[in-house]
Amino acid sequence: MKKISTMLATQAAAAVTATSAFAQEAMTLDQQVNEVFASITGPFVSFIFAPFPGTSFPWIVMWLVVAASVFTLYFGFVQFRFFGHAIGLVKGDYSDPKDAGEVSHFQALATALSGTVGLGNIAGVAVAVGIGGPGATFWMILAGLLGMASKFTECTLGVKYRNEYDDGTVSGGPMYYISKGFDELGLPGGKILAVLFSIFCILGALGGGNMFQANQAHAQISGIFGDYPGWITGIVFAAVVFAVIVGGIKSIARVTEKVVPFMGILYVGAALIILILNYDKIGWAFGQIFAGAFTGLGVAGGFVGALIQGFKRAAFSNEAGVGSAAIAHSAVRTKEPITEGFVSLLEPLIDTVVICTMTALVITISGQLIMDPGTGQFTLNEAGTAIATVGGVSGVSLTSNAFGATISWFPYILAIAVVLFAFSTMISWSYYGLKSWTYLFGEGKKTELVFKVIFCIFVVIGAAASLGPVIDFSDAAIFAMAVVNIFALYFLMKVVRKELASYAQRLAAGEIKKFKH
Amino acid sequence: MTAKLVIGLDGHGSGERALAHAQNLAKLIGDCEIIIAYIVEWSPYSFQTPEENAERHKRREEEIKTAMSRVVDPAVAKLTEAGLNATGVVRHGDVAHALNAISEENNADQIIVGRSSEGGFAKRIFGGATSNLVMSASVPVTVVS
Repeated sequence: MKKISTMLATQAAAAVTATSAFAQEAMTLDQQVNEVFASITGPFVSFIFAPFPGTSFPWIVMWLVVAASVFTLYFGFVQFRFFGHAIGLVKGDYSDPKDAGEVSHFQALATALSGTVGLGNIAGVAVAVGIGGPGATFWMILAGLLGMASKFTECTLGVKYRNEYDDGTVSGGPMYYISKGFDELGLPGGKILAVLFSIFCILGALGGGNMFQANQAHAQISGIFGDYPGWITGIVFAAVVFAVIVGGIKSIARVTEKVVPFMGILYVGAALIILILNYDKIGWAFGQIFAGAFTGLGVAGGFVGALIQGFKRAAFSNEAGVGSAAIAHSAVRTKEPITEGFVSLLEPLIDTVVICTMTALVITISGQLIMDPGTGQFTLNEAGTAIATVGGVSGVSLTSNAFGATISWFPYILAIAVVLFAFSTMISWSYYGLKSWTYLFGEGKKTELVFKVIFCIFVVIGAAASLGPVIDFSDAAIFAMAVVNIFALYFLMKVVRKELASYAQRLAAGEIKKFKH
Repeated sequence: MTAKLVIGLDGHGSGERALAHAQNLAKLIGDCEIIIAYIVEWSPYSFQTPEENAERHKRREEEIKTAMSRVVDPAVAKLTEAGLNATGVVRHGDVAHALNAISEENNADQIIVGRSSEGGFAKRIFGGATSNLVMSASVPVTVVS
């Protein structure tokens, strides 16, 4: 996920405590809402993000990493064995020209990616490297590589068990494969798990997929134009989102969907240029990453700190195991559900292994992290919680400064990119939320409209207030999706293994034909 | 031996003239089969929202139906009325590539198209569908202005 919200929430909570001490009677409506909300949702949030006793390692991160490792072993390193095949599928080598006009593998991948590439790749990585040091990058890459197997599992099931309606439209995702798959295997409780997943998905869509995005977009815009009320940004954003998801103004969506990949390429391109200009430091940076991964190089929390931060950011950024990508991928019309699984395993690779690593390398070589030249170890900030940076910044600002150190005007492009990424993430999550909503309340234009209007209202709320506890709660909801989804995946993974065995056999026998040579 | 002609229509005036030309040509040839093709411009590498993806199959069916009823069927009817042997096909994809593919699949002898009606920036960079077809086709191409 694209979130630095845990950090934001802590800051917000600290701010609330500080002000409430001397301004109790003048508590604003925002603060009252915060307090009531926090007291209700607190236990749930604490449960999801609870660390293992005696450590600061949240169990939910372990849950995601263990699942990714299990799927990697269970499917015999599918992410490496079928990597070349996945590229072939995306290129359209195996697409029947007679099916032209249907959603292609490339389109499904691009759509799912536009939902995950965003603040996590820019701000989240900066937080990870700031706290865990360059060594966090190593663990992030490892978690990204393992996460490819989780994506493969969930996206294959997403296509296999989706609903196809008479009018030709489709609905798919974890809620469908959990209920249908459990029924097929004769397991009880599928329906309950599916409903639970849908509820968490709606909450996650309104929170992390909406309010958090609106909030960060406003922070970026007001950072450039000076401070102004958040509800103004909120109303503008809500109007545009409304035009796209309710008004069906395809042109806006089309522009965004074209600009976002362009921004992604520009971002990676700029990072590559910076790396080329500083080519003499690349070897050193990788040295820092490897050394830091196992020794910590004196950062807060040492080697364990680097490991936690790396794993956490990878999980937050690529959403492998959360189940959201399965909703996006299920639109592809293919005779072989497993082909969509192969394609989807490229997502954590692009999102985490490529884009996040670029960010981490640029920050490392930029010299923004202050190092003691005598010892070769990083200097901690005054609080001792993170590496001291030039100007004492973290998050988006750290990334921005790191890019700005070589390309002075890039921070402006970055600000535009953050706003556009936030917008495209909102459009994607509005769809994930909508599919869960219609799963619960039934398909139909009216039911859909109710959710879409609620979604737009939350855009305004998200941009207007700094709702620390609300954002924290929505983060927790997204990870609660992973609890339900992965639990179900353990039962359903044998279905995927059967598909994989059959497909691999037919591929080897030459029955799966290439149309392009 | 039967001669086979593929006619690419785009629903505009130049397509009508291509049709008229093919009709004359077919009469001169005598034993001739005509395939009327309409290509819906579509790229598998475009970017779409999740909702567009979910509705894609439905839209595709609608696009094929519309193209059939508005462009292809009337043209086929017109040729059949004139006593010619004509069939119709609608395909999605790149216009030049798809027309060439249809002609290859049917062992056609010639492709007849109108001068392309698109314009603007994209044409300047990537070239029009007609010029791309002329450059890449594996059978002779007649362009009717």
